[in-house]
Amino acid sequence: MTNIGFVRSELIPAKPAPNRISGPMAWVQKNLFATPMDAVLTVFGMLFLLWIVPPLFNFVIGQAVGPSGTVEECRAVDAGACWAYIYNEMKFFIYGFFDIAEQWRPNIVFALGALLFVPLLIPKVPFKRVNAILFLLVYPAVSYILLAGGVFGLLEMPTQKWGGLLITLIISVVGITLSFPLGIVLALGRQSTLPVIKTLCVAFIELIRAVPLITILFMASIMLPLFMPQGTTMDKLLRALVGVTLFTSAYMAEVVRGGLQAIPRGQYEAGASLGLGYSQRMYFIILPQALKHVIPGIVNNFISLFKDTSLVYIVGMKDLLEAVKTKNDSALEWQSSNTATTGYLFAAMVFWIFCFSMSRYSIFMERRLNTGHKR
Amino acid sequence: MTQTSQTTADQVQSAKKAPAIGTRPAIEIIGMHKWYSDFHVLRDINLTVQDGERIVIAGPSGSGKSTLIRCVNRLEEHQEGQIIVNGVELTADLKRIDEVRREVGMVFQHFNLFPHLTILQNLTLAPIWVRGIPKVEAEATAMHYLERVKIPEQANKFPGQLSGGQQQRVAIARSLCMQPKIMLFDEPTSALDPEMVKEVLDVMISLAEEGMTMICVTHEMGFAHQVANRVIFMDQGQIIEQNEPEQFFFNPQHDRTKLFLSQILR
Amino acid sequence: MLVAVKGDAWNSSVFGGLGTNHMTALDSGPSTAPKTFFFNDPVIRGIVCQIVVAIILVSFIVWIIGNTAANLTAQNKTTGFDFLWKTAGFDISFTLLPWTRASIYWQAFLVGITNTLLVAFIGIVAATVLGFTIGIARLSSNFIVSSLATIYVETIRNIPLLLQLFFWYFAVLNTMPAVRESYELPLDSFINQRGIFVPKPMPDPQFAFVWIALLVAIAAVFGLRYWVIRRLETTGKRFPVFLTSVVVLVLLPAIVWLVSGADLAFEIPVLERFSFKGGVQLPPEFLALLFGLTIYTASFIAETVRGGIQAVSHGQTEAAQSLGLKEGDRLQLVIVPQAMRVIVPPLTSQYLNLTKNSSLGAAIGYPELVNVFSGTALNQTGRAIECIALTMLVYLTFSLLTSAIMNWYNARVSLVER
Repeated sequence: MTNIGFVRSELIPAKPAPNRISGPMAWVQKNLFATPMDAVLTVFGMLFLLWIVPPLFNFVIGQAVGPSGTVEECRAVDAGACWAYIYNEMKFFIYGFFDIAEQWRPNIVFALGALLFVPLLIPKVPFKRVNAILFLLVYPAVSYILLAGGVFGLLEMPTQKWGGLLITLIISVVGITLSFPLGIVLALGRQSTLPVIKTLCVAFIELIRAVPLITILFMASIMLPLFMPQGTTMDKLLRALVGVTLFTSAYMAEVVRGGLQAIPRGQYEAGASLGLGYSQRMYFIILPQALKHVIPGIVNNFISLFKDTSLVYIVGMKDLLEAVKTKNDSALEWQSSNTATTGYLFAAMVFWIFCFSMSRYSIFMERRLNTGHKR
Repeated sequence: MTQTSQTTADQVQSAKKAPAIGTRPAIEIIGMHKWYSDFHVLRDINLTVQDGERIVIAGPSGSGKSTLIRCVNRLEEHQEGQIIVNGVELTADLKRIDEVRREVGMVFQHFNLFPHLTILQNLTLAPIWVRGIPKVEAEATAMHYLERVKIPEQANKFPGQLSGGQQQRVAIARSLCMQPKIMLFDEPTSALDPEMVKEVLDVMISLAEEGMTMICVTHEMGFAHQVANRVIFMDQGQIIEQNEPEQFFFNPQHDRTKLFLSQILR
Repeated sequence: MLVAVKGDAWNSSVFGGLGTNHMTALDSGPSTAPKTFFFNDPVIRGIVCQIVVAIILVSFIVWIIGNTAANLTAQNKTTGFDFLWKTAGFDISFTLLPWTRASIYWQAFLVGITNTLLVAFIGIVAATVLGFTIGIARLSSNFIVSSLATIYVETIRNIPLLLQLFFWYFAVLNTMPAVRESYELPLDSFINQRGIFVPKPMPDPQFAFVWIALLVAIAAVFGLRYWVIRRLETTGKRFPVFLTSVVVLVLLPAIVWLVSGADLAFEIPVLERFSFKGGVQLPPEFLALLFGLTIYTASFIAETVRGGIQAVSHGQTEAAQSLGLKEGDRLQLVIVPQAMRVIVPPLTSQYLNLTKNSSLGAAIGYPELVNVFSGTALNQTGRAIECIALTMLVYLTFSLLTSAIMNWYNARVSLVER
């Protein structure tokens, strides 16, 4: 047998990789022209970009009429987006019919909201409990007083005058806040061993999830007043809130249920063996873990809800989209062939910014939770 | 050196009752380098495996052992040097890759059984679709190998219903059904519970006794000692030391090898 | 045992969770523990709880019914479903079923359902094709292709569907030229403010043979596939199934068409004084809804598809590779069957979402179920409760049917585990 022994006397230092696997040329080779098929796709993709980007750029920026432009410029044959229209109607898009002199009130509400909400989103900021109580209990009361007025010498401002982005934000924030506890109760009820309670919860969740939001809003708008004792009048905003909250809570229940199911049985058993009762186990052991798991799901629900607020026109509220549509149809002084497109483009950008940042946040939380879970 | 190697060679012969090693190289790796983008994972690998040889690759995690054997059936692409398997050099040519993969079986750390197919279907899939073996015949072969790994009664179950050890034995049988000339084992016992390790190792030992050409990446040093013709120690992407098991375990030369062995053989 | 019983005092407040199950199981064994205060018995506690909930719920419903009845009497309104057999007396702009002003309400109900199903069906087919294409494109190793797909998905799914419908309807289709200045599209089609006008195929009776030939060809393709697999399993010989199938599908009907001398005429839309005559008119409401639903849902389907493919672990591809399976076989035998199990359930719920979202057609005047029934019919009859209940019932039926099918599917394909 030959001697097969081998011992390395000197270690080989790392060498730089050959050019064809790193560096910009390698990147282009690998990501754009790896195979003939890839090359063809790349060429088509480039052609598509060439076809779509220049006109888009021209419309949005190149030939667009800036904020200080006039309607005549907007009506020019080759004019792009009419940003002057947006600039001039901006107040309506944000506040609706809220008296201009009183618009400092929603501004304070916006600022306070941001101040309290942003720290809640950042995991590192301390005092989460105090922060949450302020945001969930104190803030709504303060906001309502500020917006509705009628006390402390504030001019009364009926909800019919609220509109635009203000309404969109109010409905989505209130909707998510109220539907959250309701969703938890429904989810726990769905897991109950008591048949009556389980059936009720399952029926409610499945019925709501089966029908479109638009029918729930129809119901809230037309049937809810019928259900109330004679003589009660229901605020339109309240109707929208009831509809949206019921709708979202069913979806929230399903998200929470997912979290509950992810908790291993051992957790329940450990809690029981310590002598903790049902509600103690839920409150101290199960829900804190389960809810942490489903933060991304909750954020995704919030995104859907935020988009769905555009449907509240059914109960007669003027949310951001409805405000834009109203102006598109009625602002005769801004009538041009691009007015409607510009209006919808603006609304789309606002919705997109909100939804996209929320979805990034949800991905961020998901990553954070995943790594936390593994190690 | 010569003295000791002579005696150990005798011991090895008696201990292993292994068939003679052929002289035709089954795998030749010449001056092979590999990078993951800018990270130099494998450096100047030179390795010849003779027909019927059984090689164990050891080394700390991240030393490139798995990457090396994954290069042998081109699950990973190398950038420099040559890999010749059964006389076929691995290049980007898909035909050659297919040719090599037909003859090289591989067993993974996490089994990678197809969860949607029964055990029998897992075993017959490749023989039918790659080798074009009639179904009846493929099933007979599959049952034969299931008997060899001692779980014929599980043929119609799904992978999810089996224990880890059973799944790994199925995975070995799945590779054997292709009648490979070479078997690669990528840490086949690392994901198993301790009491299941033996049942898998037993199968591997019996394969070795039949003269299968094998390359195993494993931490099972007892196994290495019992069946390997040669143990290779890798660190930082290079082969640091290789020798017959007796020499390797009881007379390591390189400091890095000594350190590794002292940590693993306590 | 005593400890367990004490524990149970906490155990069954309003909701019994998993833990309750566990503890009751312990409790049900033969016990010599002294009888506790009756309210600490989990069974009694549960019953009391449910009775309380039931009483609250029933009284709430009674209260609502009372209020509603009082409100309806005050407004001099009647209730009941008798209105379904009364003449509707309104126009519906787009129907598949015969409709005149003399038709009655339940016919309007059916028109609404068919219009909903029409747009949902076409939308589902189109969104599936678009969604799968974009989902696969997102996984492409080609940087431009995957970036374009990512931009599409991230843009479209973060903008409300209603806004997209408004965009298509008010900003695109409504700004089309008047009828007299219609743009001409390829294949004798026209687009203008009233929508798209396309030629209407007018097959003669002979043409039935071509359809039969097509059916035969489809059957033949299935037969071929079966035969090819059998042959592979017995002799190991392979056969180019895909190519042969395409040839059969095209050639057989084509030959029959030529031989039978069947004639396929098209009624081409012709511009008259004020409108087009002949052809098929696709109204802008329908088109806007279809575009919006397809484009919006495709972005969600794309994400589903991407997730499904990524869910199949890389180890599966490697295992298939190391067995020597070729790329096509790898996909067909190993990857796709596993990805489909992950994709199908969320895909179905996307289909259901699309169907539910088609109700937004009401906002741009497409006469689907909500528009016709919860809108026009409700306003004319004032039977709010009946109309909304019937509308919801339809969606509930869709949903229950779908989940029944899904349960069956899931039971069939679910992986068997220990």
